Amino acid sequence: MHSDLLSSLYVFMLAAFIGFEVIRRVSPLLHTPLMSLTNALDAIAVVGAIILAGAHKSTLATMLGTIAIVSATSNIVGGFIITDRMLKMFKSSGTKKA
Amino acid sequence: MNPMAASDIVIEIAYVIATALFILSLKWLSSPTTARRGVFAGEAGMVLAIAGTLLYHGIVDYKWIAIALVLGTVIGIPLGRVQMTAVPQRTALSHAFGALCVTLVGTAEFYLRAPEVPKFMMAVLSLEIILGSLTLTGSLMAAGKLQEVLPQRPITYKGQNLVNLSLLGVAIVVAVLLVLDPSRMHLFPLMIIIPLIFGVMMIVPIGGADMPTVISLLNSYAGLSAAAMGFVLDSKLLIIAGALDGASGFILSVNMSKAMNRSFSNVLFGAFGQVQATAGTGQEARPVRSATPEEAAAILAAANRVVVVPGYGMAVAQAQHKVRELCDALNKRGIDVKFGIHPVAGRMPGHMNVLLAEADIPYDKLLSMDEINGDFAQTDVALVIGANDVTNPAARTEASSPIYGMPILDVDKARTVMVIKRSMAAGFAGIENPLYYLDKTLMLFGDAKGFVGNIIRELSGGHG
Repeated sequence: MHSDLLSSLYVFMLAAFIGFEVIRRVSPLLHTPLMSLTNALDAIAVVGAIILAGAHKSTLATMLGTIAIVSATSNIVGGFIITDRMLKMFKSSGTKKA
Repeated sequence: MNPMAASDIVIEIAYVIATALFILSLKWLSSPTTARRGVFAGEAGMVLAIAGTLLYHGIVDYKWIAIALVLGTVIGIPLGRVQMTAVPQRTALSHAFGALCVTLVGTAEFYLRAPEVPKFMMAVLSLEIILGSLTLTGSLMAAGKLQEVLPQRPITYKGQNLVNLSLLGVAIVVAVLLVLDPSRMHLFPLMIIIPLIFGVMMIVPIGGADMPTVISLLNSYAGLSAAAMGFVLDSKLLIIAGALDGASGFILSVNMSKAMNRSFSNVLFGAFGQVQATAGTGQEARPVRSATPEEAAAILAAANRVVVVPGYGMAVAQAQHKVRELCDALNKRGIDVKFGIHPVAGRMPGHMNVLLAEADIPYDKLLSMDEINGDFAQTDVALVIGANDVTNPAARTEASSPIYGMPILDVDKARTVMVIKRSMAAGFAGIENPLYYLDKTLMLFGDAKGFVGNIIRELSGGHG
């Protein structure tokens, strides 16, 4: 148990550093799509909600888990759709009149 | 733990691949040429992770999962199809949904495990619940203000910070009590309710121009609460996704606060909107020079280099398509047109870029503040559309100004400055803008969309 939490802390620390390095390189041009994309990725929390809703440990847990799936899924679907729509609009001068 | 079941190994492998895809997704987002591949990688990772999770042996009933997935998709599709001008409120809303998910799962986990919750677990769970709840109501408030369902004016009162910090303090005390003894289950609802109230109070004093910082900050909170949830569920995938989101929100918040010259602690404590004290009274009715569309068109036609500086006013007037037409008309005459975009222009980071890209303006014409500022000295006309404080030279010179020290676009270094504005009314914060009284400045009074349309008509009429 204890070592689990400790290794989780290591993972968090490393992921935070990777996040900083990767996201620092995103052009300010794309900061809005960045936010909607990270938002969609963050909705991976749906994984926890699915297990909660499916495991049927208590009525409360199933209920809360189900609502949680709905809200996370709407973020996943909506987030990816709008990010792609935005990115489709970014064209360079070269391809503009294509 | 027992040796892993075969299905567990498959799930873990799916998660590892999904994690890699998520990181690649963000990496590819660094450039517009690879960005769409990034979305695809993210989608693939997401599908893989969800499919893997559905194999989990502990799931005994798929009925509710299926219903919820379908319902979420039905809600998500329209949220993905909103107009580009509505993207800031949509983003705020999605932070609220993310936070809702995290808070609900955290609540369920507490009641499943209590009263035997290890101390460290309870601490992380408390962090998850507090961050999740305050992000939930905070984001809903922000979305309401952006959608103008709620009044956009910041509401401030005496002792506001004290009230807010005490609320947060009480929530933390409750969390500590629960960590010390998780069997105090009656305290748990307080740990949800107090941050819910705090989230509302936190956004009450926020004005529209502070929204880019606030949205970034809420983004960061949403990410951190998801990472905390990952600790509770021992899910490395979730920890990593949450850390990436948290880092992204953090970087954006720092960028935004730098672009407004706020200290970082100012951002962390959510003490925004304090700036609009009582600046820039006095100096009534100083003379300004104004110009008609005809005159403006003549000056533009004689220019070689034009830099357009858009602000939230352009978005409000929905003028971006007209601006593109103007850009085309000028390009046709061999005039170079670029756009100078301040980091906090608009209502969220990158807002102006998205609107201009939507209007089909090539992204290589969209330059950030650092890229464009050196060019103004060689610019014939700087055309400011619906931007105010981000062009205010007082930020450079007047130490008494509330925005002193804020990096601005140096439009006043251009040969001629034209400002499209509805009236002389001061912008956010009521700060007087000395730019408008310069000899080289021409005020173009009117609605941005209409005025730009008139300039285009003059340009095409004049030369055929």
